[in-house]
Amino acid sequence: MNWHNIVTVYLKELKDSLRDRRTLLSTIIIPTLVMPLLTFGVGKVASTVINKAREETPSIAILGGEDSPAVVQQLRESKKFHVVPATANFKQLITDKQLRAAVQIPAGFEAGLKAGAAPAVTIYHYEGELKSQFGVGELERFLRELRDKTVADRLAERSLPTTLAKPFDFKRENVAPPEKVGGNLIGGIVPYLIIILCFSGAMYPAMDLTAGEKERGTMETLLCSPVARVDIVLGKFLMVLTGSLSAMGFMLLSMSTTAFFAGSMFGGGAVRAQAVANAPTSESLIPMIDPIGLIGVVAMVVPVAVMFAAVAFTIALFAKSYKEAQSYLAPLMIVVILPAVIGMLPGIDLNARLALVPLLNLSLVCKEMLSGVWHWNYIAIIFGSSCFYAAIALALAVQMFKREDVIFRT
Amino acid sequence: MIEAHHLTKIFRDKKRGEIFAANDITFRVQPGQIYGLLGANGAGKTTTLRVLATLLAPTRGTATVAGFDVACEAEKVRANVGFLAASTALYGRLTAREMITYFGRLNGMTDPAIRARLKQLSAELDMSEFLDRRCDKFSTGMKQKTSIARTLIHDPAVMIFDEPTLGLDVMTARAIVRFVRDCRGRGKTVIYSTHVMSEVEKLCDVIGIIHGGKLLAEGSLAELRQRFGETDMEEIFVKIVGEEGAS
Repeated sequence: MNWHNIVTVYLKELKDSLRDRRTLLSTIIIPTLVMPLLTFGVGKVASTVINKAREETPSIAILGGEDSPAVVQQLRESKKFHVVPATANFKQLITDKQLRAAVQIPAGFEAGLKAGAAPAVTIYHYEGELKSQFGVGELERFLRELRDKTVADRLAERSLPTTLAKPFDFKRENVAPPEKVGGNLIGGIVPYLIIILCFSGAMYPAMDLTAGEKERGTMETLLCSPVARVDIVLGKFLMVLTGSLSAMGFMLLSMSTTAFFAGSMFGGGAVRAQAVANAPTSESLIPMIDPIGLIGVVAMVVPVAVMFAAVAFTIALFAKSYKEAQSYLAPLMIVVILPAVIGMLPGIDLNARLALVPLLNLSLVCKEMLSGVWHWNYIAIIFGSSCFYAAIALALAVQMFKREDVIFRT
Repeated sequence: MIEAHHLTKIFRDKKRGEIFAANDITFRVQPGQIYGLLGANGAGKTTTLRVLATLLAPTRGTATVAGFDVACEAEKVRANVGFLAASTALYGRLTAREMITYFGRLNGMTDPAIRARLKQLSAELDMSEFLDRRCDKFSTGMKQKTSIARTLIHDPAVMIFDEPTLGLDVMTARAIVRFVRDCRGRGKTVIYSTHVMSEVEKLCDVIGIIHGGKLLAEGSLAELRQRFGETDMEEIFVKIVGEEGAS
């Protein structure tokens, strides 16, 4: 192994790749744009849609209630609803989104309350439809208040204290700092994005430096030089790794910048921290992340990036042309995404067996680290196994490069 | 000097079985001599030259190039060889200067030595006008000049040309032929493969006729004419290859 030759090959490949639009797109431009697009684009659209739905006064229909005029009157007078006349096809109207919800007041409701019975009120709604859910929320709040008032009236009638029905109170107090809460909220999506970008960052340089060179006829030119095959592989491999790591680096840089600007744009840093701990509002779309957790994630991703670079290099090397390499590597993206998606699912926790499953282990440990949980035994297993897989992939890449039937496969 | 002894290269194909791309080839090329390897497409010229340039490993037999064994001293062989083929292309996104400098560095040259040599080659090949332009914008002639400079940057003792005029226009092909003659004039050992009979007649001191992976005949143009009773190279070639085909 000659480091002078490895560096010479690497620097040439770096210069060459920086002049290749496809490589620049996958290693710099897309990773830089993905977080601002997700935050300002998708995030902003989502918060606008939610706010708009919240601002709308839901139209509801009252079914029955002819013998409960007081309740019906209170519903009609409430500014939280827009009461429309009830029709027989109210379910269809809810389905067609012309009506957000309907409330069924049972016969003898008010009389039943006075007699101490417990009549049941039914709310009709469309599960999963945002505006219908807001309507249901307002109806439930109205009925809860009515119930509390009924309890208070009954206690007053009997000259009993209100604490009889509510002997004690309780409240929540958040002890998690905002960055840990942020880690829990986006702990799944960050490793997912990192894994995808690391792979796509490796994919294009790998194809260009192997199958692309074969196709353009420069591979044979390079092989005529007195440099050892292993030095050529390592020089090229370092460039593919640079592509993979730079995709991650640019994404993290862009994520930090986005969080900084988005925080002030959606209400400032202090508001942002508060928003994370409170009910979901538009501000909570930009949660804070623990920087130590992020450093941990970067450290864990490095051996995986080495593995990605070596695997992409080996597969692309086998292909005769850029197009063929693309047809091999593009489906591999699904194989890469799958464990990352599984890692995002709630309820899947890291254990010794999962710590050996490549990519899934990374996804799970990153989620933990970003939410402030550090299982050092699992971290050691994952880092060690990732290094082992990376070494195997790299050794395979070197072996493939020495094979005549691969290099001269035309 | 190039020496090949019973050089054999076998490719294994799932459908066709063993293919003898080069079969028991023996020849010698002296410094200051051009050896022409003449054969039709698929005759085994490229495989033989790739083995000599250590791009492929021989299955059997031995060969030495500039005194180094192709099987166990591959890097030393390549350090003494300039290999130019139709299939050896340029990096389109690099300039001619960057391309040549890169190969100078790969050959272990220092940057001052590369600069000095590049200046000399640029003057000899009239490259100054396009030296700092990207190779993907070059005409065929410019590409050939850059490729020649790339093969000569480390001043190798042995030059291997694999159909270097393939697909070139007359003027560019003539420039290549002139350059090959210059190499001989400088005392380099030259091996030149082609299927163009006129090039062989014009250039080569010794001609080897290769067909089906085998070296069927060898000698100077005069010797071949005398042996086969023909003056035209094409007729000689057809006679040799035809005889082999009949047998």
